[in-house]
Amino acid sequence: MIAILDYGSGNLRSAERAFATAGHDVVVTSDANVAFEADGLVVPGVGAFAACMKGLQTINGKEIIRKRISSERSVLGICIGMQILFSYGDEHSDGAPHDGVGIWDAIVTKITAPILPHMGWNTVEAAQGSTLMKGIEDQAFYFVHSFAAKEPVGVHQTWTTYGEKFLSAVEDGYVSATQFHPEKSGVAGLALIKNWSNSL
Amino acid sequence: MSLSIRIIPCLDVTEGRVVKGVNFTNLVDAGDPVEMAELYGVEGADELTFLDISASSAGRETTLDVIRQTAEQVFIPLTVGGGVRSVEDVNRLLRAGADKISINTSAIARPQLIAEIADRFGSQVLVLSVDARRARTASGFEVTTHGGREGTDIDALAWVEKACALGVGEILLNSMDADGTRAGYDISMITAVREVSNVPLIASGGAGALEDFAAALDAGADALLAASVFHFGIHRIGDVKSYLAKHNYPVRTTTMK
Repeated sequence: MIAILDYGSGNLRSAERAFATAGHDVVVTSDANVAFEADGLVVPGVGAFAACMKGLQTINGKEIIRKRISSERSVLGICIGMQILFSYGDEHSDGAPHDGVGIWDAIVTKITAPILPHMGWNTVEAAQGSTLMKGIEDQAFYFVHSFAAKEPVGVHQTWTTYGEKFLSAVEDGYVSATQFHPEKSGVAGLALIKNWSNSL
Repeated sequence: MSLSIRIIPCLDVTEGRVVKGVNFTNLVDAGDPVEMAELYGVEGADELTFLDISASSAGRETTLDVIRQTAEQVFIPLTVGGGVRSVEDVNRLLRAGADKISINTSAIARPQLIAEIADRFGSQVLVLSVDARRARTASGFEVTTHGGREGTDIDALAWVEKACALGVGEILLNSMDADGTRAGYDISMITAVREVSNVPLIASGGAGALEDFAAALDAGADALLAASVFHFGIHRIGDVKSYLAKHNYPVRTTTMK
């Protein structure tokens, strides 16, 4: 079973359906036990870094994610769900960077580009040996974000350039993440979801 | 590698059916929205936009169902607009399966709504729909409401600048003069709005010949929305993409190995 973590974030319906196409039972949950016991946990995310961390806090999400990773249980972060896995987010309205879950020791900062958000379909430089990107290295994926991590973390790094180069996917043992939205990336996105769920 | 331009079919939905008219009048039936959304998804649409033009609350409920059914079957971004008046309306549409929400009339009536939606859900969910026409305002372009039926005397460029400052994540610029005419996008309007905005810009209204799509991109559009040329089979999405690819515009191809 795959659990999609519900912490108050936007459209989870299409994520639920997209992960179901990979042949797993899918549940949208904010229950800590369900989220811990699932074969795979998806951390989605729409909105701002601080608002997402606040939502995560209300369901004890930080502990769920940390506990899963230390227990060797897979986690996949998507978009802001990727960004909050880092130490800090520089997306703020009150002047100070916000603490993230802290799986990867780096900061998420604003992309330097004339037009933001980075919105639409972009290609990737897929990591050699990537599980997520297998067979879809040449495909485009749907992005919508203004912030990103720019330092290499984890084992496999996939990069995208828009204005500047940033991490569009990270694979690091039991924790993976994509800055783009596989659940919104058509056939290529469904293939990525299948790659991930086959690895569970 | 670069960001692809987006081709966005727009489905005007009322009482559960897709309709299309000229200059927002003389509506004719164009098909079933869920079937059309699926077909466009397969044909390579980069996003879909639903505009709910229902007058009744029963019609709006029907549209919510259309969104739910579409979101279950089509895995590309879905924007929904029409009749969005509050943060709660946005929440309901997002929960039904919309990824982005477009607003127009309600934001003109109360601009602070833009900031409220952006604060709660982020700028990236919020598309400002600007229905503009030529008029005697400072820039020569005026914002209209109620599907182009009512003028506001608000200057379109001043409105775009204000809305960007309040936190919209994207602009859908629809030319009321060109809408449904297939006589080409309003190029000078696109150029003018591009100059005063730094969020993605979707050109809408007037798409006819293949060259029209390229001209809007040259004027600064990031995405191209069209309705009647797709609904009535004048062009397939693939035709537009092939034409643009041939002329070196970055497009997403949907073939998988």
